[in-house]
Amino acid sequence: MDSSTATLPANSAARAEPRGRKPQRRLSRRNIIIYGTLTVAAIYYLLPLYVMVVTSLKGMPEIRLGNIFSPPLEITFEPWVKAWATACTGLNCDGLSRGFWNSVRITIPSVILSILVASVNGYALANWRFKGANIFFTILIVGAFIPYQVMLYPIVIILREIGLYGSLTGLVIVHTIFGMPILTLLFRNYFTSIPEELFKAARVDGAGFWTIYLRIMLPMSLPIFVVAMIIQVTGIWNDFLFGVVYTGPETYPMTVQLNNIVNSTQGVKEYNVNMAATIITGLVPLIIYFISGKLFVRGIAAGAVKG
Amino acid sequence: MTRTGGNAPPVRGSAGGSRMSSNRPIRLFRNLNAKISAIPMIATALVVFVGGTVWTIIYSFTNSKLLPRAKFVGLDQYERLWNSNKWLISIENLFIFGICSLIFSFIIGFVLAALLDQKIRFEDTFRSIFLFPFALSFIVTGLVWQWLLNPDFGIQSVVRSLGWESFDFDPLYNANIVIYGILIAALWQGTGLVMCLMLAGLRGIDEDIWKAARVDGIPMWKTYLFIVIPMMRPVFITAVVIIASGIVRVYDLVVAQTSGGPGIASEVPAKYVYDAMFLSQNLGQGFAASTMMLLSVAIVVIPWAYLEFGGRKSHG
Repeated sequence: MDSSTATLPANSAARAEPRGRKPQRRLSRRNIIIYGTLTVAAIYYLLPLYVMVVTSLKGMPEIRLGNIFSPPLEITFEPWVKAWATACTGLNCDGLSRGFWNSVRITIPSVILSILVASVNGYALANWRFKGANIFFTILIVGAFIPYQVMLYPIVIILREIGLYGSLTGLVIVHTIFGMPILTLLFRNYFTSIPEELFKAARVDGAGFWTIYLRIMLPMSLPIFVVAMIIQVTGIWNDFLFGVVYTGPETYPMTVQLNNIVNSTQGVKEYNVNMAATIITGLVPLIIYFISGKLFVRGIAAGAVKG
Repeated sequence: MTRTGGNAPPVRGSAGGSRMSSNRPIRLFRNLNAKISAIPMIATALVVFVGGTVWTIIYSFTNSKLLPRAKFVGLDQYERLWNSNKWLISIENLFIFGICSLIFSFIIGFVLAALLDQKIRFEDTFRSIFLFPFALSFIVTGLVWQWLLNPDFGIQSVVRSLGWESFDFDPLYNANIVIYGILIAALWQGTGLVMCLMLAGLRGIDEDIWKAARVDGIPMWKTYLFIVIPMMRPVFITAVVIIASGIVRVYDLVVAQTSGGPGIASEVPAKYVYDAMFLSQNLGQGFAASTMMLLSVAIVVIPWAYLEFGGRKSHG
């Protein structure tokens, strides 16, 4: 409100005597408000991260005495080592490392399989439409809105029937299934945006379904594969519900194990170990987020705006 | 363009098809590769999404306990569900949480997006800061906020040690306000996404509209309120659908932050379903509760899908 009333006279003044010091005056007042608000908001968003890091570097005596915002007097990495290697969940005392490797073993095949299935599928939907394809696609997209809880138990039965309940393979299949709507949509939309002429030219030259996919579509759409990878890696790494339902204590992914470590009732609470474990779990998606930058935003936009 | 192109190849069919004179037997095999590659999609759509949903709905009318049994008892499970204190609290929590998180994430998300849209410096930095919690899992979010809201060490104790002895802020240990403690964490995690959507919407608005408003001397807040926000309706609708379908699913956050406590004060429907199915061996209750969840999503999504896609399909 203030800014615009301030802008108008400044504009007319600028017309009378051109190139004054207008820009600077405009900068100061409204920018204090803008940057002030943004900075306060930024602090709110960064504070938990800061507290996490700071807490994980303190010893327990220091935590009991000091406040959570003060930087550590004595930096110790012991909580990190303990969180990784010896923190206990129930009977097991081998720390988060087991969960980490489980998560790796879940995430890598799930990401590859789901992207493979969805990209071929999106390609078929975009360029090789067959009768009824759109019906299944619509069901798929609508299905993305069904709460997972509705399908939890039927999938338990299916996995039990084929003997994969409680195994990592079963969880990989589940992730592939639930990643399919968003990824298929992503790939279908991308492939339809590739000029039709390319596809037709390849057809005229006698290229078939797989040749066009491998030689033309795939090389042209590497960015969208990266976007899909970002969506899937963060999504699967962060999953908790499927992990806790479809795996057992030996195969729990990292998020489930983290929750068990921190929220286990027995023993003295070691807040520094808990926070170290929390950071370690959050590290993978955070690294992906900060490396991928704009592509991450693009993944969100693809998933959100069109979905 | 895409529509005509999309139809062309299947008509041509495969090489084998054109060699054969008769048309009937090949229909199924025409475009065979595409059909084979769509098998996972078809299976998922039919078996998991349709089949699973129908199965759950049907079995919600049975008295399944440890294992699903097809012994139908009518609406018994639903009656018990709505008489269960835990479920009523879950619903109440979901309502409070849902309405508050819709309102707040909209306001915060829009204000942040509007501020970022002022052609400021460090826009990318601010945006990455606002969005990074979205990359973290609900478990991590819940645990961090559990620590920050810890009454003995967290925000409450820090403020008290600054001299304000009577300062009370322990939402996670107070049954009356525990859901707001979860709300704070959820907003921290999710507002970045809303901001991103809003920013995309703001960027989609023609620069000329801003210029016209400025020439007419309309104050900026009025331009936002009466011109820009009405123009962003599609973005708002999308955001509502996304947030709402996320709200119904809230589960991990509660598990991590409070495990439903203190007592059952922060239970949510998704947790009710999980507990009934996998902890208390009461499958029928779980099915009934998840059917209710489905119903609530349907109330939000079906009108939206009808408006969004139903109209478009009749055109094409």
